[in-house]
Amino acid sequence: MSITGSTVGTDKRGVRELGGEEKVGWDEVQQGVVLNSFDGTTEGAAFLKAEERNYADFNSYTATVASWRIIKPVYNRDICIDCQNCWVWCPDTSIISRDKQMLGIDYDHCKGCGVCVEVCPTNPKSLLMFSEATDNDEALAGWPVKEKKEK
Amino acid sequence: MAITSIKNLKEFSTNNDRFEGAHLLCPGCAHSMIVRELMNCTDDNLVISSNTGCLEVSTAVYPYTSWDTSWIHIGFENAATAVTGAEAMYKARKRKGTLKDPDAPVKFVAFGGDGSTYDIGFQWLSGAMERGHDFTYICLDNENYANTGGQRSSATPIGATTSTAQAGTHSYGKKEKKKDIVSIMAAHGSPYVAQLAPNKWKSMAKGFQKALETEGPCFINTVSACTTEWKFDPKDTIHITDLATDSLMFPIYEIIDGHELNILYRPKNIIKVEDYLGAQGRYKHLFKPENKHVIEQIQSDIDKKWDMLQRREEARI
Repeated sequence: MSITGSTVGTDKRGVRELGGEEKVGWDEVQQGVVLNSFDGTTEGAAFLKAEERNYADFNSYTATVASWRIIKPVYNRDICIDCQNCWVWCPDTSIISRDKQMLGIDYDHCKGCGVCVEVCPTNPKSLLMFSEATDNDEALAGWPVKEKKEK
Repeated sequence: MAITSIKNLKEFSTNNDRFEGAHLLCPGCAHSMIVRELMNCTDDNLVISSNTGCLEVSTAVYPYTSWDTSWIHIGFENAATAVTGAEAMYKARKRKGTLKDPDAPVKFVAFGGDGSTYDIGFQWLSGAMERGHDFTYICLDNENYANTGGQRSSATPIGATTSTAQAGTHSYGKKEKKKDIVSIMAAHGSPYVAQLAPNKWKSMAKGFQKALETEGPCFINTVSACTTEWKFDPKDTIHITDLATDSLMFPIYEIIDGHELNILYRPKNIIKVEDYLGAQGRYKHLFKPENKHVIEQIQSDIDKKWDMLQRREEARI
């Protein structure tokens, strides 16, 4: 079966809803705040994959924006050529690539903009937008076939 | 300096992202494409500062941060000042031998929107350029104050409608031309100045790496298509940027040491500027018969600019 949503990541990924915290008044907000991205050192983050990092609760990696989405991209592994166009142009760091391979979509951070579908070069596209309510397997079952070029 | 391989996209994609998701930028915003690319094109430690703007308010919403590097925000105008202060301190501590790891490579980067670069932070940026710190300033140019509701900035091109220069029965939108920030920065004698676009990811990554490698103050103006204020569908961000670079509304070029100009992208088919303008809601009114002269003026300005760039590239002066 094709991979649809990727499970690569730590247990902390997208566990909290943005804005779910207790609100404080404008005169209670502290001025000048230091937020740590990681528990421990920040150095060397460039050499660690997301699943190897020790994210702090302050990192927006632990938050989710999935509720922004009304349409979602569905990924079809069978057609994908791993060109990584979607990876380079995804504005939300939601395309999960490891070792030159596209693994799937991070549905905790994807906002459903559809840029990945537009830049996908395959025929038919290996990423397509579906309504948020559509089941991924159902979407894959009805995937369009290759379009023939008009002469 | 540990630059990462940008030979092809597959190699590039093996980098580990240091800009996290769940920031609050609009779906399809080009800001985060540009920031991600900058952070992926090097493995060095980064010290980043942001001016107030979309990028700053969306990536540092208390209690969250989307940055996996050192990042600081102080005021609207002073990302350049903040990051050059950090750079001066870093050099001083290196000289005194009080750094924990003096050999670790560190790069200093400032991000600003067009409002804080062309207008509000202009003298701070100019000062930092003149002092000659080793840093890179990247302007995310979306041609308006998008964070506060789309007011006109001095980066807004002629003819665009904004919330403070609205098109109507007596106006065709903004009447003034866009400031040529790239030439202004080149005139500071900066060792590397460029205008880049995210749709040409390779030339952008190359430009970023060159700017980070170059010692001294470097400036890069990047085109950042704004789905909200340019009024187009979020999925079309890359398509609109393609139109911008192919119509030469945003020529991609670099200027080395203030004089040596290289054009980095020559469109195979130069398209008419109408195609670029017509794809966006903010230029819709220009297609009325009484505003036709504005389109003609934009086209003639573009042609003149492209001619100038080509001549300067040939002249090698």
